[in-house]
Amino acid sequence: MTDEEHMGWQITSEGTQRPGPLPRGLRRIPRGVDELATEHLVLNMGPQHPSTHGVLHVLVELDGEEVIAAEASLGYLHRGIEKLAESRRYHQVPTLLDRADYLSGLHTETAWALTVEKLAGIEVPRKASWLRSLLMELNRYASHLVWIGTFGLDAGAMAPFLYIMRDREMILDVLEAITGSRMMFNYVRPGGVVADIPAGIDAKIREWLSHASGWLDENDALLGGNEIFRLRMNGTGVIDRTTALAFGMTGGCLRASGVDYDLRRDVPYCAYPELEFEVPTGQRGDNWDRYVVRVGEMRQCLRLIRQLLDGMPEGEFSSKRSRALKVPAGESYAAVESPRGELGIHLVSDGGLTPYRMRLRSPAYFNLAVVDEALAGGLIADAIVTLGSLDIVLGEIDR
Amino acid sequence: MSTALGVLARFGAMIGLLLVNGVVLIYMLRKVLGRLHLRIGPNRVGPWGILQTINDVIKLLTKEDLRPDSADAWLFNIAPFLIFVPSFMAYIPLVFGPTLAVTSLDTGLLLAFALTSLVPLGVLMAGWSSNSKWSLLGGMRAAGLQIAYEVPLLLSALGPVMMAGSLDPVKIVAAQSGVWLGFIPRWFVLPQLIAFVVYAISSQAETQQTPFDMSEAESELITGFANEYGGMRFSFMYLAEFSNMFVVSAIGTMLFFGGWQLPWLATPAWLAPLVFMAKTYTGIFVMMWARGSLPRFRVDQMLSFCWKVLIPVSLAWVVLWACIQRLWPVIAVAVSR
Repeated sequence: MTDEEHMGWQITSEGTQRPGPLPRGLRRIPRGVDELATEHLVLNMGPQHPSTHGVLHVLVELDGEEVIAAEASLGYLHRGIEKLAESRRYHQVPTLLDRADYLSGLHTETAWALTVEKLAGIEVPRKASWLRSLLMELNRYASHLVWIGTFGLDAGAMAPFLYIMRDREMILDVLEAITGSRMMFNYVRPGGVVADIPAGIDAKIREWLSHASGWLDENDALLGGNEIFRLRMNGTGVIDRTTALAFGMTGGCLRASGVDYDLRRDVPYCAYPELEFEVPTGQRGDNWDRYVVRVGEMRQCLRLIRQLLDGMPEGEFSSKRSRALKVPAGESYAAVESPRGELGIHLVSDGGLTPYRMRLRSPAYFNLAVVDEALAGGLIADAIVTLGSLDIVLGEIDR
Repeated sequence: MSTALGVLARFGAMIGLLLVNGVVLIYMLRKVLGRLHLRIGPNRVGPWGILQTINDVIKLLTKEDLRPDSADAWLFNIAPFLIFVPSFMAYIPLVFGPTLAVTSLDTGLLLAFALTSLVPLGVLMAGWSSNSKWSLLGGMRAAGLQIAYEVPLLLSALGPVMMAGSLDPVKIVAAQSGVWLGFIPRWFVLPQLIAFVVYAISSQAETQQTPFDMSEAESELITGFANEYGGMRFSFMYLAEFSNMFVVSAIGTMLFFGGWQLPWLATPAWLAPLVFMAKTYTGIFVMMWARGSLPRFRVDQMLSFCWKVLIPVSLAWVVLWACIQRLWPVIAVAVSR
């Protein structure tokens, strides 16, 4: 293949350049309104790029500033977590799972615990369920905060990213006091949680709650209240209902497209059946809807945390289990609503001390797959914010 | 001989001012952004971190002068200077005090605008010659936007020029002395409020700052046209950016805020440069404020805003003001009867 052919361009007998077939399944909008020959530019966005949220590599085909086609190329952060889990005992696996979705480790841990409990038939004390829910909601809020901040950065606003750190530091302090770690918690185990919440932490969370709502309003005003931001978000990166469902999208991205689906309400687990909350949804599935849905979700988060604090039951935080847990042979699947969507774990056990096979259903992976559809037709600037609006975490996508 | 010495002295003073300005403005930007962002900003090198910028300059000076293999060597090397020199020369028509200017030119304002409009050429050159896709996109954006925003910038300056009846900054500033109706300072910003708003917006775009920073657009194009530059060449571009900021703010001060004059009081000659600098730095602070709090426009939205809103508004204002000024004596006479 010659260079010209590789770039998708040929020299014809008339001497003008006409587009030939492009490699890698990229599409092209037919041109030729005028005689001016133009070329499309294939741009490698990432894996080192400030707005690909880690080490994502997106291949975009550009016509000037307009994105003609895009393709995500994954795997730069692959650590073989699923394979490693096959040589870990059941209580050791959460240390790996924390490193999958590093922004909300507690959700992955809980999904694991639920799956194992389902297959092994382990009863979980009520308090453990409530503690899991409380920590997951705190973690969800922290994760959404990072999303708001980085979304602002993608749109060119520096301030929100630093504003969100106020709340996030307080939440991480709380999580550290409870679990011993800021991000790599290793707190939720099959059968319950590792430790009870320490004394005085309740007051600390309530102190944060007293600021949180006001701070969220401030961040929302700084971004959502800004005319420039609205202009950027409205009508860009539209993912309609059908597309969202076809790509298996879940979480805020799916709800923004108008599908009212939230595992916390529809497939309840932990303490959620006993709690009251609403599920915000959008209609058009554009960037603005995704923004509004996530901010709405954060407000619900605060509501949930308040309920969880008020109704925290007394009792054991874990059922007594031996560390050499043996799970009967079989398969099970359980999922939680992580900040990014349906985070499920499929476990196959052969009855031994370690899982036979563990498979993580990464919500961000499915959400990211839509970039092909969502980026085409917009400008580079739209592509960046659309990518940001999907809230991807590469640790979880590449695993 | 004495003329040559005088020219050299002025040139030296300009360079000195530019460098000091650059260092101060970079420090100021970091501190202002830091405070806006709930951070502290630089505070390690020297008292309150004031030596941080000097440290950075030394670092940049001692860096290897890198040029990508595939770059167009001649254009790549010359581009930073094409960006830097015009923004440096635009200091020539600035009036720092009643007798303090590099030179008094009848067309000083025109010269300043002509010089700043040379900057896109260098930016485009840098973007093209780097032979990087990101730089190319950034260079194209910068050229498109700066050319677009040059027009409303010039048009908005016409109002004050008409009021002063001169393109000479010295005369424009002098025309703003005294008061209207006994208590309102004769600053042109009051009657020319619309022109001032247009000027403020387009000067923010002219200096490529958020929300108009799409030629650098860190989150999109990494650093756009400056992507492949490092060391001294990069610092020339960086310095030019701050120098431009100073120039547009200084011109704004001269056009709309009475230049070196204090309101109501007679300004002693020794105080004039300080007043001028204070006003200019206030303008720069506002620009930094916008930079620290706003998200970025999209390139097409910004262009349509320029061509469909700013240019019609400023054109209409120029025509309207010309009519007002021409008819004012007639109206005044009619009213007094």
